[in-house]
Amino acid sequence: MKPAAYDYQRPETVDAAVELLAKARGTAKVVAGGQSLGPMLNMRLVHTECLIDISRIPALSEVSETQDEIIIGACVTHAALEDGRVPDATNGMLASIARGIAYRAVRNRGTIGGSLAHADPAADWVTALTAIGATVAIAGPDGFRRVALDDFMQSAFETVLGADEILAAVHIPKLSADARWGFYKFCRKTGEFADAMSAVVVDPARSWVRAVIGATDSRPVIITDASQLIDNPNEIDDVIIESGLSADAYDMAVHRSALWRAVQNVVPA
Amino acid sequence: MKDIAFLRSPLAHARIHSIRVPEHHQADVYTNDRLVDVKAIRAVTTLPGFKVSEQPVLAAGKVRQVGELIAMCVGRTRAEAEDIASDIIVDFEELPAVVRTAAALGPDSALVHEDWGDNIYLESNWDGDLAAARQAAAVTVTRSIRTNRQCMAPIEGKGVVAFWNSRLSQLVMYTATQMPHIVRTGLAECLGIDHADIRVISPDVGGGFGYKGILTPEEVCLGWLAMHCGHPVRWIEDRREHLVANANCREHEYSVTAYADERGRILGLEAEALVDAGAYSAYPFSACLEGAQVVSILPGPYVIPAYKCKAYSVATNKAPILPYRGVARTSVCFVIELAIDAIARAVNREPHEVRLDNLVPASAMPYRNVTGKDFDSGDYPESLRRAAAAIDVPKVRQRQQAGEPDGRRIGLGFATYCEQAAHGTAVYHGWGIPMVPGFEQAMARLTPEGSLEIRIGAHSHGQSMETTLAQVANQVLGIDPDRVKLVHGDTEYTPYSTGTWGSRCAVMSGGAVATVCRELADRVIRIAAHLMQVAPGDLTLEDGCVVAGQASMTLHEIAHIWYLKPQLLPPDVDPGGLDVTTGYKPKVDTGTFSYATHAVVVAVDVEIGEVEILDYVIVEDGGVLINPMVVDGQIYGGAAQGIGTALYEEMPFDDAGQPLASTFADYMLPGPTEVPHFRVLHMETPSPNTEFGVKGIGEGGAIAPPAAIGNAVNDALAPLGAEISETPITPRRILAALDAARRVGAS
Repeated sequence: MKPAAYDYQRPETVDAAVELLAKARGTAKVVAGGQSLGPMLNMRLVHTECLIDISRIPALSEVSETQDEIIIGACVTHAALEDGRVPDATNGMLASIARGIAYRAVRNRGTIGGSLAHADPAADWVTALTAIGATVAIAGPDGFRRVALDDFMQSAFETVLGADEILAAVHIPKLSADARWGFYKFCRKTGEFADAMSAVVVDPARSWVRAVIGATDSRPVIITDASQLIDNPNEIDDVIIESGLSADAYDMAVHRSALWRAVQNVVPA
Repeated sequence: MKDIAFLRSPLAHARIHSIRVPEHHQADVYTNDRLVDVKAIRAVTTLPGFKVSEQPVLAAGKVRQVGELIAMCVGRTRAEAEDIASDIIVDFEELPAVVRTAAALGPDSALVHEDWGDNIYLESNWDGDLAAARQAAAVTVTRSIRTNRQCMAPIEGKGVVAFWNSRLSQLVMYTATQMPHIVRTGLAECLGIDHADIRVISPDVGGGFGYKGILTPEEVCLGWLAMHCGHPVRWIEDRREHLVANANCREHEYSVTAYADERGRILGLEAEALVDAGAYSAYPFSACLEGAQVVSILPGPYVIPAYKCKAYSVATNKAPILPYRGVARTSVCFVIELAIDAIARAVNREPHEVRLDNLVPASAMPYRNVTGKDFDSGDYPESLRRAAAAIDVPKVRQRQQAGEPDGRRIGLGFATYCEQAAHGTAVYHGWGIPMVPGFEQAMARLTPEGSLEIRIGAHSHGQSMETTLAQVANQVLGIDPDRVKLVHGDTEYTPYSTGTWGSRCAVMSGGAVATVCRELADRVIRIAAHLMQVAPGDLTLEDGCVVAGQASMTLHEIAHIWYLKPQLLPPDVDPGGLDVTTGYKPKVDTGTFSYATHAVVVAVDVEIGEVEILDYVIVEDGGVLINPMVVDGQIYGGAAQGIGTALYEEMPFDDAGQPLASTFADYMLPGPTEVPHFRVLHMETPSPNTEFGVKGIGEGGAIAPPAAIGNAVNDALAPLGAEISETPITPRRILAALDAARRVGAS
């Protein structure tokens, strides 16, 4: 399990990274924490001519704040979020999600941007940040563009990122003080990939009542108006069936329970 | 040093029409035809009807499992060797794969070994007359029970470094093994050279559990290459090779029927078992270690008046089944213990009470059971009574009645087993496998400083033999354990031994060390008697000294005189000096029988099928304990692995014979958060047959957890009419069982 030979580049700026990507014309891979890409290269499931390591680009590890958003650089680690080294405007949701990702060793190196760009359906951030309504900033040859997470992931391990683009930052809307959230994931054991996962965010000030079902075979299932669901849990079965998650009895059962428990976990205001 | 990567078969069953190696790689690639004079691995038994599988160390014309070695590639680095392997093109003709044991026995099945005419290594039988039991039975329970295929997962896989020592004309192989002498014997056979031309060194191996107790084709390949290539070679098994190609175990399928009276007392037991032994007979334990054992050990620790069993060791296109801690016993315990709980439910009694009525009573010891196993000593029912008291059955039943605030269901499960350990010549000569254990030897040498070197042929890789055997030496010689050095893991320095397996080392190496130390003590005393001018009978050994009343000499002084001032020695001194080798066998070598009861309380989440262990009690009798902390460590580790068998670990295959868990992302092991605090209680019934009364105990912890946890889960699910009969007990299987119960309820 040793990777085939590849070149290695470590640009200092986002522009330089984008330029390297453009030159490589799809033969390069971006790496940050390497927690998913590393094993895939080792097992030769992924081949690349060149690894472009963006982990030392200072701008990508920055965190900034506007009136409405916290902007988290793509290379901020799960551990930084877990430890509260990033300002929180989610009433504790981000730190709580980060704490549940894999193991601490993975969290020390794995990054929020890497997790989204890798687009594993079972990744916690894909589900949780979609529930919050986050957007991502994507850097490319023509500058930056913003994409809502709702539209970012296309299917399992597929996103709208072009071959010459880098996910640069995640824009997380600030929740109001009385916003509430709930999250539940079911793993067979601590730190494993989830069999089922759901996140719910209720922010009355923004008229936001959203539920997201993750750990599906593809992109997360978004329930934009989940208020019905919260008032009437009996509708959960219909939601699961409509989402196409009922083909397998086990999947149906665990997704149903995860969504129901996420709804129940919504912390009372 | 060069690194080796193997090109392995991507297919489970295929004919190889050609292997094309690019011109520029030809010198660095070895296929079967280049390995001249290398014999296939043959692990035969003399059991009647056994069919021999020839396991070529590199595929010869056909591959029979995914991961089978096809070519050995030599590179400056492992990455380069893997590059070379990926450039080789093999022209396969895919054949139908033999994947499921039941189908493998069908008349239309493809054949793993064509010349056999079927896919059966061996059919094992125990014939008994069940007519009376069937007629008298108030209850009859029949179950289909399965333990799915697992992989052993020591922290490290296999690893080999080999080179040719031209000065000594000797092949030197460092390899991760728990039986260095047996690997040497296997290498001598396959490479056609003398034992004296081979030295096997086994350093710290990163855990064994049985997986390091086989001769692997990779070892033979590297041994041959080192003899011919003129430089050292290295192969480090990666986890994918380990999971996919090598460390498979435990796949059994049973149909079992138990007959009992209205109180649940067993009148008779009959069973048929299919053991998926995989594509080849692994050296030295063979392909039917498990299948043949099943027949003789299924009755467990119980009085079974009538018994009948048939077991097939079946060949399939999967990795060979290898002995894993507990060997067949883990599956067998799961079967008999689930059956007993099924009987208890049928007669509406507490399962532990039904068990008590069926266990061999202390008054019957020593006891020869229905299959002729000689249980040496113990009070099996007492271990169960203590476990029931410690887990507090009435309190658990109360909690169960009250219900949980979170809706989970509480379940209580028991399992009692006995474990045959350190079985020797008397047992293994009947199997006729390549290796029959005889006298276990130890060497003891007093150094000029009066320290003790002990050399054993077994291997310590987590068993703390360095500690335990030093304690044995202390017991006999009175020497400070800190001054005892254990030498092991090198065929050049140690006496021949079948190695570390079968929970045998405390009994066998411990007995050998006691015996050799006694002989050494005798020689020391005879020298001291002369020097101190007292009769040998007046001398004792204590605290590193030979003592007679007020007078004493240190071991240091005596050893110094033997080595450096021989003019002071008695004229009739034993010329063998302070260097002794001798051997040991227990009075009766059919094995010690340690035993235990495991009791567990679980909470089952019936919405998602998750099982949490709330309490876990183990009452264990391993005979006289040399070092209780070491024994506790063995129990904890084994029980953690047993929890893996019970709830997590599975190597599934698709219908083409592809193994589906090739990394630890797919092959799930219990971690620290899944292993509870075990409450371990000891009983100490000496074995009448062994030195100090010790019994083998190394595997026991891994035997009972699937049975105890399975029974606890079934106890929790019983009010819902659901029952589990397969390991691992996954959320998917629990929900499927609940679904099936609901459908039955609705119809």
